[in-house]
Amino acid sequence: MVITDELVTYLEALGRIKLPEESRAKAQNDLQEILQYIDTLSELDTEGIEPMSHALPLTNVMREDIVQPSAPADEVLVNAPAKKDSYFLVPRSFE
Amino acid sequence: MNLESMTALELGAAIKKGEISAVEAAKFSLEQIDKYDRKFSCFVTVQDDVISRAEEVQKKICSGEYISPLAGVPMGIKDNMCQKGIQTSCGSRMLYNFKPTYSATAVELMMNAGAVPLGKLNMDEFAMGSTSETSWFGATRNPWNINCVPGGSSGGSAAAVAAGECFYSLGSDTGGSIRQPASFCGVTGIKPTYGSVSRFGLVAYASSLDQIGPIARNAADCAAVLGEIMKQDKRDNTSVETRGVDLQAVLNADVKGMRIGIPTDFFGEGLDREVAAAVEAAAKQLESMGAAVEKFDMPIVKYAIPAYYIIASAEASSNLSRYDGIKYGYRAENAADLLDLYTKTRSEGFGMEVKRRIMLGCFVLSSGYYDAYYRKALQAKALIKSAFDRAFEKYDLILGPVAPTTALKIGENLADPLKMYLGDIYTVMINLAGLPAASVPCGFDSNGMPVGMHLIGNYFDESKILGAAHAYQQVTDWHTRRPAGLNSIQTI
Amino acid sequence: MYNTKVWETVMGLEVHVELATKTKIFCSCTTEFGGAPNTHCCPICTGMPGVLPSLNRAVVEYATKAGLALNCEITRYNKFDRKNYFYPDLPKAYQISQLYLPICRNGGIEIEAEDGGKKIIGIHEIHMEEDAGKLVHDPSTGSTMVDYNRCGVPLIEIVSEPDFRSANEVVRYLEKLKAILQFIGVSDCKMQEGSLRADVNLSVHPAGSEKFGTRTEMKNMNSFKAIVRAINYEAKRQIDVLEHGGEVIQETRRWDDSRDASFAMRSKEDAQDYKYFPEPDLIPIEISEEVIAETKKSLPELPEAKRQRYISELGLSEYDASQLTTSKALVDLFEQNLAAGYPAKELANWIMGEVMHMLSDSGREPEDMAFDYGYLGSLIGMVQKNEITRNTAKKVFKAVFEEGCDPVKFVEEHNLKTVTDTGAVKAAIEEVVAANQKSAEEYRSGKEKALQYLIGQSMRALRGKADPQTVTAILKEILG
Ligand SMILES: [Mg+2]
Ligand SMILES: [Zn+2]
Repeated sequence: MVITDELVTYLEALGRIKLPEESRAKAQNDLQEILQYIDTLSELDTEGIEPMSHALPLTNVMREDIVQPSAPADEVLVNAPAKKDSYFLVPRSFE
Repeated sequence: MNLESMTALELGAAIKKGEISAVEAAKFSLEQIDKYDRKFSCFVTVQDDVISRAEEVQKKICSGEYISPLAGVPMGIKDNMCQKGIQTSCGSRMLYNFKPTYSATAVELMMNAGAVPLGKLNMDEFAMGSTSETSWFGATRNPWNINCVPGGSSGGSAAAVAAGECFYSLGSDTGGSIRQPASFCGVTGIKPTYGSVSRFGLVAYASSLDQIGPIARNAADCAAVLGEIMKQDKRDNTSVETRGVDLQAVLNADVKGMRIGIPTDFFGEGLDREVAAAVEAAAKQLESMGAAVEKFDMPIVKYAIPAYYIIASAEASSNLSRYDGIKYGYRAENAADLLDLYTKTRSEGFGMEVKRRIMLGCFVLSSGYYDAYYRKALQAKALIKSAFDRAFEKYDLILGPVAPTTALKIGENLADPLKMYLGDIYTVMINLAGLPAASVPCGFDSNGMPVGMHLIGNYFDESKILGAAHAYQQVTDWHTRRPAGLNSIQTI
Repeated sequence: MYNTKVWETVMGLEVHVELATKTKIFCSCTTEFGGAPNTHCCPICTGMPGVLPSLNRAVVEYATKAGLALNCEITRYNKFDRKNYFYPDLPKAYQISQLYLPICRNGGIEIEAEDGGKKIIGIHEIHMEEDAGKLVHDPSTGSTMVDYNRCGVPLIEIVSEPDFRSANEVVRYLEKLKAILQFIGVSDCKMQEGSLRADVNLSVHPAGSEKFGTRTEMKNMNSFKAIVRAINYEAKRQIDVLEHGGEVIQETRRWDDSRDASFAMRSKEDAQDYKYFPEPDLIPIEISEEVIAETKKSLPELPEAKRQRYISELGLSEYDASQLTTSKALVDLFEQNLAAGYPAKELANWIMGEVMHMLSDSGREPEDMAFDYGYLGSLIGMVQKNEITRNTAKKVFKAVFEEGCDPVKFVEEHNLKTVTDTGAVKAAIEEVVAANQKSAEEYRSGKEKALQYLIGQSMRALRGKADPQTVTAILKEILG
């Protein structure tokens, strides 16, 4: 797997980040090296092995449908960088 | 009374007996912080209510409300655990001003036991790193040598205990983040079984691997902390009911007849000779105490790091998507539109290592690559778990090194991420399997830097691990040694 | 309309239904509709750092019920996955949903096809997921305001097979789906409040061709009427594109009902890549055979069974039975009064007549009927006992429907009882005849129309409170 400049751009877009211009080349190189190492995993025979998300075989942990008080709006918004009338504010986001 | 050499349990007992008050203990810790923290940078935040909290705790100890053996003992908390009203920044600019309105379950449980929190401890940004250098607030230093890293990501938690700035701390371990810094700083730390300590309120790095655990001066202190925080929590659906930890059983344990396995694969290429020698000497010591020590093969070891970095990065890329400048934390200025707000906020708010892992995570999850990477890694995880299951049919504990080297020099790893990742070779597979494991001081290298041995147990065998560690610590003194010249260091 | 002999339309539906649980899917905040912005919220549903989801048992129960009522197989071992995308209404930047192992699969509903026959619309899968928040544009600042009250309300997404060939089929399917979900009590399905929302995937291809065309997805339609308009608009748009040698672009389009047109939503800079993976914060759900059997047993009589029973046992017409069973509210209205002893046919007539009439006049849905259902029975009872006339009853019903008035009290307060005193009726009619001698003469000379006029005048004089038959008989007697 080769990490191309286009792939770096695509991954930046997916992650909503932009690398500083001066560290792009190094980042591309680092990712390439890491990925090359990670690719050794392809040698491992995993034929017929069920992928395991959770190490402990738990199932059916659930909560009862009972209402608890919500937080007051000023608490919900206490850390908001921009707010108005107990709404969070973001730049215009309609087509 | 020499507070500097006291363990958390000894201090707790002295407070209980009225030989010293919780307030005096808190004052002592604040003085220690004052004395050393400018040098080591363990704390990101020191709380301003420490004394008033200690006064309240002292009252409740007198009234019999707090009966925990740790009641009144000052504690440090890694900065990725929420504490109501206290800045919780995860070592990141992204959360430099975030004050949660809720507390992590583990923090709450310690508070219910009468803990006196001193403040929040430095860490690698969002727990991503093995050196505690990637923090927005600057690097933490190793009390044994300030030119060395304390390890990471719970570097602040380990260094603060080593420097005597607190008596014990809470850390978190996703791929070795408790054990490796404990090893680098000559203190004892344990990552419990996945699911045995609630993750509620722990800011997520990789949800399927993250686990909170204690770092302290010895195994008995760790057992006392685990005794308080290993409780099933309805707020964490992955939390399980456990037997907990029986402190008395840990204190009475011995290793006679214990079967200990050593994977030969832990002693391959890349392992520092002096580290290997210290760990092998520790094995001999356990053998001389009556344990049956035996080597065995575990070839799956070499696939642990690839599987770990795929899973951890994938989950991290998703977990860190919520930091978008809208609800809390850092928000970039002058964003032209929504996309610009996201991109600017996240580019300015996250450091390089976090960005690297987000990109890696996005890659392994992106359409077309999911099966080859993420799914494959989950299969490797299953194979690693079954390799351990087989090993634990034969052994009570597995022993090996925690890290291939002792603490590296500041800056040495930062330039080469792959090299840093390879340093996690012995620790990450424990997180993948969800097993409990501790780092126990077992020697020093020729530069005077501490070495830790790795004691790995089967699911829910925390008492067995800590029992063996305690027995070992009864006949060795590695854990009681203090960095030379701690007392001669003056504030600078 | 386009020529259906030349072009064929193919549609599939993704229907999002908000479940009627008390609390959200992953936290204990209320699901109640409305509320001041960000007051039905907590750290969990606003995606604060470090918090974890905690699954609501009722959501799994409701989804299982829905699956069984829609003839699905229940996935005995199912799991949640994360769907990752950035948008301000999604505070975690991922939606917890199900991709790899959804709770239900392979179901279907039978509907009436275009040709009058029966047709099964396949249900590909049903999965559980969480709703997003609400965005409101703020003209004063030019910003968008975010309210997370709806965020975390449980949804099931019902994904159909591409089995629809006309807008009518889509509407019939949605009506059936809505009725079933209401009957089993898993959702109120109020479209105006967004508790039932349908996205339509639509493509066109030359008639007779096996291969489907490129599809577009349409969102944001909040009534059946809007769905029909949107489908017809989009089919025509695609055909226009193709007939002019163009190509249909696979895209998401937003229906603007006020402009009667759909618009392409701004295409994202990058292709949509949701990076699905298993949700590590939640553990798998196992549903046992016993639970499935119990749930099946607990299901109430479903609309189709009711419809057949109404025809065979209660003697309702096919049409009335079908219409009644499209709505849980109508069925409740019907059955509650049936149980109180009122005749089925009379009830059906009232519901199909006055009730439907008032609903369509007011633009309301049956589930919005706010009056005590028993009032319809008391009204019918008064007619049966000749206490009021049928005409009066219709007027009274208006007050019942619009203001929730008790009909018995209303009749009393407004003095609307039928005048049963024949002496009084006779006296009133005599007065009318005396005042309308000309019409009386015309009637006597054989003009039937004149009688109608006199009846009308008499009823008016009696303020509608007399039985028209009695009035006619007395008039004829007086006129000789
Ligand atoms: Mg969906
Ligand atoms: Zn909530």
